[in-house]
Amino acid sequence: MGKAELPLHAPGTKTGRGYIGQSTPRANAKRLLQGRGTFVDDLRLPRIAHAVFFRSPHAHARIGKLDFSTALKAPGVIGVFDGHAVAEYCKPWVGVLGHLKGIKSPPQHAVAIGRACWQGEAVAAVVAETRAQAEDAADLIEAEWHELPVVTDMQAALEGKVVIHPELGDNICFQRQFVTEGFDEAFANADVVVEETYDFGRHTGVCTEGRAILADYNAAEHTLTVHHATQAPHMMQDIFSRHLDIPESNVRVICRDIGGSFGIKVHVYPDEMATAALSVMLRRPVKFVADRLESFLTDIHAREHRVTVRLACTRDGDIIAFDLDDLTAIGPYSVYPRTSGIEGNQVVNLTGGPYRHKQYRANMRAVFTNKNVTCQYRAVGHPIAVALTEGVVDIAARKLGMDPAEFRRRNLIADDAYPYTFPSGIKFEKLSHHQCLDKLLALMDYERLRAEQAALREKGIHRGLGLAAMIEVTNPSPAFYGVGGARISAQDGATLRLDPAGMVNVLCSVTEQGQGTEGIFAQIAASVVGVSVERVRVTTGDTGVTPYGGGTWASRGAGTGGEAVLQAGKILRSNILDVAAAMLNEDKAKLDIVNNEVVDKLTGAAKATLAEIGRVAYFRPDTLPMRFQSELTVTRHYTPREYGFTFTNGIQASWVEVDVETGFVKLLKHWCVEDCGTIINPMLVDEQIRGGVVQGIGAALFEECLYGEDGQLQNGNLADYLVPMAGEMPDIVVGHVETPTLGSELGAKGAGEAGTAGASGAVMNAINDALAPLGAQVTAMPFTPQRILEALGKA
Amino acid sequence: MKAPSFAYAKPGTLPQVFDLLERHGDGAKILAGGQSLLASLNLRLSSPELLIDITGLPGLNGIRIADGKVRIGALTTHRQIEQSSEIAEHLPLLAQAVRHVAHVAIRNVGTIGGSFALADPAAEYPACAVALDATVVLAGSKGERRVKARDFFRSLYETALVPGEIVTAVEFDAIRPNFRSVFLELARRQGDYAIVGLAAHAKADGSRFSDVRLAFLGAGATPVLAGNAMASLEGKPCSADVVAAAKEALAEDLDPPKDLTTSSAAKLHLARVLTGRALAALSQ
Ligand SMILES: Cc1cc2nc3c(=O)[nH]c(=O)nc-3n(C[C@H](O)[C@H](O)[C@H](O)COP(=O)(O)OP(=O)(O)OC[C@H]3O[C@@H](n4cnc5c(N)ncnc54)[C@H](O)[C@@H]3O)c2cc1C
Repeated sequence: MGKAELPLHAPGTKTGRGYIGQSTPRANAKRLLQGRGTFVDDLRLPRIAHAVFFRSPHAHARIGKLDFSTALKAPGVIGVFDGHAVAEYCKPWVGVLGHLKGIKSPPQHAVAIGRACWQGEAVAAVVAETRAQAEDAADLIEAEWHELPVVTDMQAALEGKVVIHPELGDNICFQRQFVTEGFDEAFANADVVVEETYDFGRHTGVCTEGRAILADYNAAEHTLTVHHATQAPHMMQDIFSRHLDIPESNVRVICRDIGGSFGIKVHVYPDEMATAALSVMLRRPVKFVADRLESFLTDIHAREHRVTVRLACTRDGDIIAFDLDDLTAIGPYSVYPRTSGIEGNQVVNLTGGPYRHKQYRANMRAVFTNKNVTCQYRAVGHPIAVALTEGVVDIAARKLGMDPAEFRRRNLIADDAYPYTFPSGIKFEKLSHHQCLDKLLALMDYERLRAEQAALREKGIHRGLGLAAMIEVTNPSPAFYGVGGARISAQDGATLRLDPAGMVNVLCSVTEQGQGTEGIFAQIAASVVGVSVERVRVTTGDTGVTPYGGGTWASRGAGTGGEAVLQAGKILRSNILDVAAAMLNEDKAKLDIVNNEVVDKLTGAAKATLAEIGRVAYFRPDTLPMRFQSELTVTRHYTPREYGFTFTNGIQASWVEVDVETGFVKLLKHWCVEDCGTIINPMLVDEQIRGGVVQGIGAALFEECLYGEDGQLQNGNLADYLVPMAGEMPDIVVGHVETPTLGSELGAKGAGEAGTAGASGAVMNAINDALAPLGAQVTAMPFTPQRILEALGKA
Repeated sequence: MKAPSFAYAKPGTLPQVFDLLERHGDGAKILAGGQSLLASLNLRLSSPELLIDITGLPGLNGIRIADGKVRIGALTTHRQIEQSSEIAEHLPLLAQAVRHVAHVAIRNVGTIGGSFALADPAAEYPACAVALDATVVLAGSKGERRVKARDFFRSLYETALVPGEIVTAVEFDAIRPNFRSVFLELARRQGDYAIVGLAAHAKADGSRFSDVRLAFLGAGATPVLAGNAMASLEGKPCSADVVAAAKEALAEDLDPPKDLTTSSAAKLHLARVLTGRALAALSQ
């Protein structure tokens, strides 16, 4: 069913789709702006205790004697615990998945036992009456360390002279090889082959709210209530249950407001597991909030890759094959439960993604190192795949003397070629590369910018224009995690209830991280049921209350949770009309719900308000026919299944000026045209894109976790780790093409990661476009002034 | 992280400050705007037993112009300096520089005395003070002392302040007719400490360089006065060759420490670029 057939009505809306497609302000924005958000750290419980972790100062060391005697005597201290003590309450885990063949990782404990494998790994926990007291006591712990050889370089890790986990045999966590049948022939017969090696700096997602958990074990009931800054409350419920040995139904995970996640808060963190274990051990609420320094040392990092890519094409400019060799370093453990193999796997899946070549070879290895762990962060693998693909595409275009936009137009998969199977095996339902390209070029006035660029070059001003086409994984099916044995739900559910006063109450398993999910659920519910959006209340993030589901990750909230809301809303609407028909003794088919009222479908005449329906259904059902029972609470679920992923596509452009004397890059403007299917709230989608673009720009120009050879993080604070800030950001123009997915009635695909996926590649290409006349190019992100000056032979 | 616990005092007179400093010695720290100190406490990089908040002291706040001198009290905030029309008129170098000091929220509370006492080699004011040959006014129980800026900044975060003393003011000569100032810096983000920066000042007659002062920030353990480059310019015509020679001479003046992402050689290169740009602006 297409979107046009949706039975959507809502007051004050101009389209037949109700609020869908309107920039309806979201209810929670005002509350958050007034400072009335409730984050984990805002909660006050009686007898609360505070956990602080004593962390390894070394990247790799055997833990000798840990002396807690002085710390235990410090004021306010409730207890100090080592890894053994915590392990009695929390089973270790192993971050592997069945469908990532051969992936391996050793068991990991909540608090390290015997050995620390990265700087910042927790080796003891201090619990005290206040955070300050716990920190004072942690300073008093005396530890004996025996330093071990440190592996920080990924090539050295691959060579394996020092093996971090000897029981695993080597330092390779996961590898994947892939080749299509005609690959060798394609490269042998190619007129033109270009090759480049790209380096991607390790960086992290910086959330406004640090990781936070307040675990509250109740011994009388053997229940554990966890207030948690997490994206996936049901996944965490399962994990707390299995690792702390508490029945699943006795664990409740509650997420109030969350201050940004970006994938950082969808993983199992040892210190958070330890906090929950300490609550069980001490039978009282225990809270842990990662401070900024701990965040840099222990929040997952991402994207440390060195990739060589080759592209083969004909002299007419037809791309025929890509060849990829990717080496990535993931830290000492594969992260649980999603594993640290997914990012590299995505690079293999997505490289070359927008183009119509048929041949492809990939070789990817993810190796262990003694740095913090890496895992899935916004746009997992996409920024790597997009940048290296688009980088080498530009090199090929330059070599052929073709305009980069023309070269792309020639090679992008045609808009009428779907469904389409890509050489890596992934399937596309329907993409719109050419529509997006055309729209982008028109939006940015490509020809004019090229003319301006040429004119300014004459004056010694070096501007560059960079394009980056992309595809994006959204709305994953169980093929992403479930098939590999992870207890991670790809389905989501929504419950809608008409309350007696005529309001609609929505409970949904997709969570709110600040991105406005609850707002769009309200829009959908209001549109489908026929009420005004102020009459909808949305609750998310409570395993004790909402239907079961996956939560927020992989650009899936709108597409899966939104569809569940829509389906539940349709049934609720029908059930309301059943009540109305019984109450009014009319034919249901002649009734409709518009503007909070049951009306005559033909004349629009008011018949009864929803408040009246509610009153009768709940308080005077005795006035309804004898066998009639109203059902004004409806639950529906949705799982994307037809395709492994609902792919989206888009293209970005960046316009920069490079100061070739200083190596500084000024971002002049940025454009993104993308296709997320049905747009539910244009304002929210645009802001998702813009926020994502900014994170991609961060990767391109600013962000990198710098480690020394000794495995010490050198810039783990917000003064030295540069996040992109408003002052340097360009205007970001966002455009859309709408190709709804036919897999759902709502038709929404994801939009959360598109900005991040393509921005860094676009900026790279823009810089290299500016540098090209000077015979220089940069290939290592982030593009610092130093690296640009080096490329220009000036440093 | 939480700051380690400390005691707090807010004296109302200078003698009380000196008395507290004497009694607590190394254990006491002066607290002005707190924009650098509180961060270091919260990082547990220092753990003083007593903070002496001087923001209640009378007479240390404000800008005074008299007899060709600009006197800026230690408690004057960056924001006051930024918004002062007197500074814009009489100390254009500082007026240009202050816009590069952190962000408005920090400039609202951070003080000039704090900047001098902290002596961050990448800070803007110290380089300006060295370029303009300013005088730092110090006070202690034994009275007042005046130290030239170039002697005040001793080493990395080290100044001529002796235990028991505080900075009470900084005095600059007001700009004279026919002189010009240019402040330039390169920071990756607006408000960050610069990779390298230059406070430049000279007599501007349009054809010849004279009385040129070039003081760099981010290029050494203290602000660095580029003596060789300055000497190479003195009395010379404003020509490309002369500028090139001055840039060349910077190799003798600067040995910039590398930072996390910028090598020493790149910093020297950037210092030369800024020198070229500053001299172009000064000789216009
Ligand atoms: C994010 C951020 C960015 C920044 N960027 C810059 C920048 O680009 N450029 C720059 O110059 N600064 C920058 N700063 C520092 C800022 O300018 C501070 O305000 C300044 O360095 C210290 O001033 P304060 O009044 O806050 O001093 P405080 O933090 O109160 O004190 C700093 C030190 O000086 C001592 N002290 C303070 N006043 C006196 C006095 N009168 N006599 C003796 N000792 C004293 C204190 O004991 C302490 O050791 C930045 C700060 C932050 C937080």
